[in-house]
Parts: sequence; structure tokens; C-alpha cells
Amino acid sequence: MTTVDLGMPAEGPIADAIAASVATQGEKQTVLKAKDMKTDQEVRWCPGCGDYVILNAVQSFLPSLGIAREDMVIVSGIGCSSRFPYYMNTYGMHSIHGRAPAIATGLAASRPDLSVWVVTGDGDALSIGGNHLIHTLRRNVNLTILLFNNRIYGLTKGQYSPTSEVGKITKSTPMGSLDHPFNPVSLALGADATFVGRAMDSDRKGLTEVLRQAAEHQGTSLVEIYQNCNIFNDGAFDLLKDPTTGTQWSIPLEHGKPLVFGPDGASCVVRDEFGGLRIAETNQVDAADIVVHDVTRQDPSYAFALSRLASQDLRYTPMGVFRAVQKPTYDRMMADQIKDARTTSPGDLDAILAGSDTWTVSA
Amino acid sequence: MTATNPPLTATAGSSAPGGLVKSVVELDRVVIRLAGDSGDGMQLTGNRFTSETASFGNDLSTLPNFPAEIRAPTGTLPGVSSFQLHFADHDIMTPGDAPDVLVAMNPAALKANLADLPGGGLLIVDSDEFTPRNLAKVGYATNPVEDGSLDGWQTVSVPLTSMTLEALADSGLGKKEAERSKNMFTLGLLSWMYHRPTEGTVRFLERQFRRKPEIAAANIAAFRAGYNYGETTEAFAVSYEIKPAPMAPGRYRNISGNQALALGIVAAGQRSGLPVFLGAYPITPASDILHELSRHKAFGVRTFQAEDEIAGVASAIGASFGGALGVTTTSGPGISLKSEAIGLAVMTELPLLVIDVQRGGPSTGLPTKTEQSDLLQAMFGRNGEAPLPVIAPRSPGDCFDAAIEAVRIALTYRTPVILLSDGYLANGAEPWAIPDVESLPDLRVEFATEPNGEDGEFLPYLRDPETLARPWAIPGTSGMQHRIGGLEKADKTGNISYDPANHDLMTRLRQAKVDGIAATLPLTEVDDPDGDARIAVIGWGSTYGPIGAACRRIRRSGRSVAQIHLRHLNPMPADLGDVLRRYDRVVCPEMNLGQLALLLRAKYLVDVQSHTQVRGLPFRAAELAAVIQDVIDSTSGAPLAADPTGGAE
Repeated sequence: MTTVDLGMPAEGPIADAIAASVATQGEKQTVLKAKDMKTDQEVRWCPGCGDYVILNAVQSFLPSLGIAREDMVIVSGIGCSSRFPYYMNTYGMHSIHGRAPAIATGLAASRPDLSVWVVTGDGDALSIGGNHLIHTLRRNVNLTILLFNNRIYGLTKGQYSPTSEVGKITKSTPMGSLDHPFNPVSLALGADATFVGRAMDSDRKGLTEVLRQAAEHQGTSLVEIYQNCNIFNDGAFDLLKDPTTGTQWSIPLEHGKPLVFGPDGASCVVRDEFGGLRIAETNQVDAADIVVHDVTRQDPSYAFALSRLASQDLRYTPMGVFRAVQKPTYDRMMADQIKDARTTSPGDLDAILAGSDTWTVSA
Repeated sequence: MTATNPPLTATAGSSAPGGLVKSVVELDRVVIRLAGDSGDGMQLTGNRFTSETASFGNDLSTLPNFPAEIRAPTGTLPGVSSFQLHFADHDIMTPGDAPDVLVAMNPAALKANLADLPGGGLLIVDSDEFTPRNLAKVGYATNPVEDGSLDGWQTVSVPLTSMTLEALADSGLGKKEAERSKNMFTLGLLSWMYHRPTEGTVRFLERQFRRKPEIAAANIAAFRAGYNYGETTEAFAVSYEIKPAPMAPGRYRNISGNQALALGIVAAGQRSGLPVFLGAYPITPASDILHELSRHKAFGVRTFQAEDEIAGVASAIGASFGGALGVTTTSGPGISLKSEAIGLAVMTELPLLVIDVQRGGPSTGLPTKTEQSDLLQAMFGRNGEAPLPVIAPRSPGDCFDAAIEAVRIALTYRTPVILLSDGYLANGAEPWAIPDVESLPDLRVEFATEPNGEDGEFLPYLRDPETLARPWAIPGTSGMQHRIGGLEKADKTGNISYDPANHDLMTRLRQAKVDGIAATLPLTEVDDPDGDARIAVIGWGSTYGPIGAACRRIRRSGRSVAQIHLRHLNPMPADLGDVLRRYDRVVCPEMNLGQLALLLRAKYLVDVQSHTQVRGLPFRAAELAAVIQDVIDSTSGAPLAADPTGGAE
């Protein structure tokens, strides 16, 4: 029931090692349950942290991909979310601050036979690791990035983050933060990411659906997951989680469906006169003018405009998949170049050591 | 036969076309320096002359020297680029302290280089470029070619530019384009003067410009015109012969340090069977390794031009985790940026090759000039106790073996290894005996494929009792799933541990693993042909040539001196302390302010005398010989006789 295509198999000693492990331990297990994904390590997030919910959702969801645990690698950076790999019975690396996308790029580019995941946070991915994130997205390496956004620095005890709203009062900003925040979805689309989605930690169904599409996507997928930090930024997403206000302020994205939302579908999304999008009252516009969501648009402008509807305080936040387009992946193209080079002229070590100009000294 | 400047006027004669009587003088060695504007193609000309010389069979050593600016303003001092080549009928170790022959393509090149040309040396200038405008650019009030200020040298003023234009009158090229072939005209002239074979250059030009046949033809025509000019002109009455040097039988090529490093990495990949993954960010003077490796995809070499230095090393670590041979290449500023990630490789105990082609520092420093000032950074430049092996090649060709040795250590001990090359080795070239592939070390590794714990679990930090290396289990292998990372690891299990005793143990284990490499290294190699030296000179890296040449001079003057050259800087050979203590005095020349000397003093309590220089250029053998001579004099009290050879190598 594999739903995800892994790239071409490894070769050489790597393939030999894989074959040897199969020989001694039996065939790869692809029929798995959530409990198979757990490790013996005690989960050490603060009680009530949104990370627990995400961990449970991921552990329940991953078996549905039909990928053996040993073929999955989770790479993380530094921060609360980056402890994630320790709790997943896959291969994993808890690396250094901000560098997980670069480490994962080296791994995914040299091992297209693996399913590589990055788990990161708003500080890790957007502040110290911002450069790696945008370049990974533009290269379209085959990996899935889960960006846990709690809009605060948790592990360092509560400083504002690059997604915190302007004016945030924290230990490092007693008079309010001055910098304008990033919208991670806008940033990813600006880097021409081929897959961008957003989900809420507490919305098991919505989160799983976005994760599934992200995992199935060939290329770099970025999923922003709103995650509550109940210690340093509790209730940051309550506007969207509250049954009443949530319906009013979140815009569910469904491919092929008109962008209508709010109580009784009172609100909708239409084009504005500058090529962007704006919110309108459904009963004030012609039904034909309501935008029908299309994740496959090659030009990222539409998805970008969609991402700009949200305000800093989360009103009009689109939730779901913004963009999912097909482009050749970096790892595949790299493998193809190697294949082409080998076809043109198989590597002859003696020949390259000698080069084009040699002379011989006789005895 | 000495190498002092040969006379221009001929005595014995041989006949040349046109009835000219030309003589041939035999020399044992020559140092030529070509100097011009950075747009004049001096590096290309030097490389071609080097290839001709290599294929002729001389021993040789080169010193390219160019500005960091790609095209500084034409005709100015900052724009001067030069290429020095030393070639001989015997084995030599340096590119030569000073040129015997200087070719100056313009007034700036003359001004920047004349001070290095000893009195009486042969000076060839392109008279066409000595215009009032060009003279004014570099502050010459009058033309030195005409005002008598060059009387102390054998100056030959040749209209290289106009003769090139004349030779290409029918080529169909415009003046500007035709002028650009003047470097090939000059190469032709020099090829005649030193009896260099010309076929290689013709072939090279045809290959280089195969898509622009008219340019290839023009360059070849200019090259031939220069050669023929030498043969027929009265300006040069003498040509020189430098016989091939006796070399061990075998097949040779000319190789630069960066080429040799790249080929060493390809070879290490082939001998280990592992796919090579290079993560690199362009930086002078290391970029050529990235360029060279990018050409070898047929060997499964993946090259990744990363977004920055950190991504370069990080991607290589990711690839190593997946079972590839992860490599990253850079220079000093890049090492600074990579430090944290190298620490991660120390903690996760993954194989990684880090190449630092050192350049002048600190900060951006001198990008195109050489220095050895990253040794202490390589040793200690990470947070925490983060030991790793450090090795350094000693010559361009040796870069190949050093790369393979670095990979051997990285794979065997599951550790990052820093290889310290430098700008001089990177761009310098020498003849290289092409190795037999089968003779290269077997670097095959065994990935862990079965649980190693008593309860059937996999313990990623259960060490090999001999090497203290941890098992390398790669993603894809069943039942071996594990998590590694930068947090302190519990012994054996690799789980996160904050236990005080465990951290103390793991810190010492990581150190012991690196220290233990010494057991597999050869003992200190001492070069003391007389066997009675009381003075030892110790060095590392690219100073091998100048120190060796200086020691030869000392020995020719009748004194003994021992040369010790370190390839392994961490750990050092097990017996090094004992060896150093055998000498009355130990001198350590370095192109930094005494970094190895500091280590030796700290480790062995030996009173090492540091001799340092940071001019962005290699040491001159004569200077080092004088330093050693002073030490010998001050130790033995008796002055030395003069070197009877006048400074041959």
C-alpha cells in the first residue's frame, strides 16, 4: 500500500549493507502501526505542549505511507520541536541550529531511496536557518519540512521570534518587539516552493490531510503547523481554534472549491483591482467572481496573494494546501547527470590520474 | 655548471637559419618569471611553459602570484600578475628564490618585479607598452628602458605587441583581439630560448579554442612567430639547454595541488567504494577542487554548490550519515563558518573530510596569497573539547596521497579530518609520478548491519575496542534505526545524557580515539644524510620545499642539519618528543607567527626556536639557510664556509 514513490535504489556498499540487513532480519516491514513508530525515550516536552498532539498525529499518520521505518530519516535543528527525532523509531539526526534543511539536502541528494523529513521551528527555520530554508525550497530537493510555528522562542525561555506579532512583550522586548514578522507561507512561496501548506496542531484531521499531500509530493514540501506553546505564548492561535471565531477567521482551502468561509458562508475571496485577492461579503458579489482554489497554478502569485490575506493577529488565515505543483526534483536531476556522465564515458581512474599530457622516464 | 646569469654574447657557435651564428649554452637550472597585467594571460603562458618543460623532462616547481581582483585597472601596480617557474636538470624543491630571467609585459610589471631580479639578470621588456601614458600610470617620470636606469641588467627591449600584430596582419582579427596573442608570441620566444618542445602547446591551443578556430589559428601563428623571431633575431644570440633531470622510471604528469586533492578524493571514493559527496561554497583558493570534482560525475561523484559555507559542510555531514564519503572544501574564512558543524561531526562521530586551502588572514585577508595560519584553528577552533585529526601535504603532488590518508583516517575512526593545504600548494605545480591504481590503499569500510547489543538492540556508540570507532549504520538498513545529534551521548546507547560522569567519560573517549591514531602512524622521519646533525629544522605543509632546499645548502657547506617534516599534526608521531629532544637546537620555520612551535613547546617541553614570515609568499631557501646557519654558528661557534655552488638546490 505504498502511496509514496521512493527514488532509485542505492548501489555499491550501501546497497550491500541494506541487503545484508534484510538477509539477517527479514524483509522490510511496511505494514506498521502507530506504536511501531514510538521509541523507548521519554517524551520531554512541557505538559500541555502542542508538540505532543503533532507527534501523535505524525506517529499515527506515517504508517499509512507504507514506507519501512528504516527508510525514513527525520532531521531536526535546535529548539523544542527539534527533539522530535528522538521520539520516532526511524533514523534521525538532531543537528545544530538552523542547519537541518542543509543536512537533509546532502542526505536526500545522495540517497534518493529514502524518505527524508525535516522538523523545525519558527526560530530555527526562519531566523538562524532562513538562508538554508529558502535555498532548499528553490532547489526542490525531495524532502518534507514540518515547521512548527509557535510564534515564540520556547527553549530559550520566551523571547520573541521572527513570526511574533509587532509589539510583542517578552523578556527581550519589555517595551514591545519592533520587527515585522515573517509569514512563513508567504516566504516559502516567495522562494517558489513547489508545495506549501498550513495546518493546526489540534486539528488532527486537517493536519493529517496536509501531511499526506506533503508526503506524496515529489520535491520540497513545506508545512507550517501552528503549535501552541502553553508556557510562553499560550493561546496564540485561540482565535482560529475557538469554534465560533475559528469559523469566522479561518479560510479552509480545498482544491477546486470556491473560497467561501465564515458562518453560513458569509465571506468569500475575490480578486482585487491590483492582481491580488481581497475578502468580500458573499451576498455582495457575483458567484462567478468568487475565486475557485487551484493548488496547481504554476505561477506562485495566486498562492502568495492568498497567503497575504491573513493579518498579524490571524484574522483571515487560510488553512490547508496553498500550492502543489510538479517540477523536476534536485536529487533526481543530480542522479540523472551521473547516469548521463556514466553513459557518455564510464569512469576510468587510471585515465583521469594520467590526464591529457604525460611523459615516460625509462629505467 | 652554475646558474649565475648566462652571458648574452655567444662564444661557440651553431648555425641558425638566415646565416646567423647562434650559440647554445648548457645550464643546470633556470628561474624565469613572467609578469604582466592580469589581462595579459601570464598564468596561462606560465602554465603552458610549465607543461612544455614537464614533458621535456626537467624537474620543476612553480609559483603563480596574482591579485585577488579579476581585472584591476589596466597597467596599474595592483593589476600585476606573475608566474615564476624554476626548472632544472636535477631534483629541485622550490620555485626559486629569485628569477634569473624576468619578462615584463608593461611598466607596471617591471616596477613590481625588478627589485627581485638580481643584478646582471636577463630582463626582457615589451617596448611597445612603455608609452608615456603607461609610464605615468606607475610613476615613471622617464622611460627606464631608455634612461639608463636598467644598465645593471642585461636588458632586451623587444616590440612584442607590434610584432604580434604584424604576424597576425592577415588573420582577419581586429587590433584589440590580435594584441591578445602577444602572450603566445612571448611563449614562442621563450620556447626557442630554452629549447622547449612546441607540439604540446599547439595541441593545447587547438583544443582550447576548438569552437573558435580563427582564435586558435591566431594564437598558434603568434606562438610560431615568436619562436621564429628568436631563431632569426640578432637580439638573442644565445639559447639555453637544460638537460632532463634524472627521475625514477615511470609515467609522469604535471600536477597542481588542487588538482591532486581532487583526484585523491576521486581515488579515495573508488578505493572505498563509497559515493563521494562534495558540499562546497566557492572560495579562493579552493574553488578549483570543486571545479575539478564536478567533472568526475562518471565516478558517482556528487558535487553540491551550496548556498553558503555552513550548508557546504552540513550537506556533507548529511551525506556521510547516509553512507557517502562526505567532503567539504574551503579556505580560512569558510572554516570559521563551518566550525559549529564540524563540532557536530565530532559529536556524531561521522566520517568527514574538511579541506582548508589556507590563505592570508585574518578575516578576508589575502585571498590569493599563501599562509599557514589556520593550524591552531584546525586544532582548537571549535567550542568544547572537540579533537580531530589534522594532516598537511608538503608539495602539490603530495596532496594526492594526503587526501587518501585523510580519508583513511576519517573512515577508519569515524571522525572529521581537517586537511591543511595552502595557496602555494593549491596553484603551484610539479611533475608527479602517476600512481598505479592497484597500489593505492584499500579503503573499504563495513557498515553495521546487525544489532550489537546483548538484548538484540543496536548500540550506536558501542566502540570498536581497538580503534574506539563507533559503528556506522546507515539509513535503509533494517533494525538499526537510531538517532544521533549534537547533544551529549550516553556511552554505548547514544541516548541523550546529562550525567556528569558520562560526559567526562565521553569527552575522554573522543580524545582517546584521536590520540590512538598515532599508533598506526609511521614514526618520525628524519632526513639527516650525515647522521650527526645537532640541529634539527622542523616544519609542516608547504614549507617542505624551501626548508629542504635550505638544508641542502647547509650540507653543501660542510655542516650537518636534520630536516623533520610533519604530515600528521594531530596526532603527531608517537616518538616525536623523544626525537626532538635528541637535538641541541630545534628550529621551526612557519608562514604564521609560530603556531606549530607553540604546539611543540606545549606538548614536549622542547625549547623550539620559531622563525616566522607572513608575506603571502613562500620562504626563500637562501633566507632559511641563513637562519639555520646562524643557529649552527651560535651553537658550534665556528663560522661556515660559503656554499660553493652559489645556491643550487
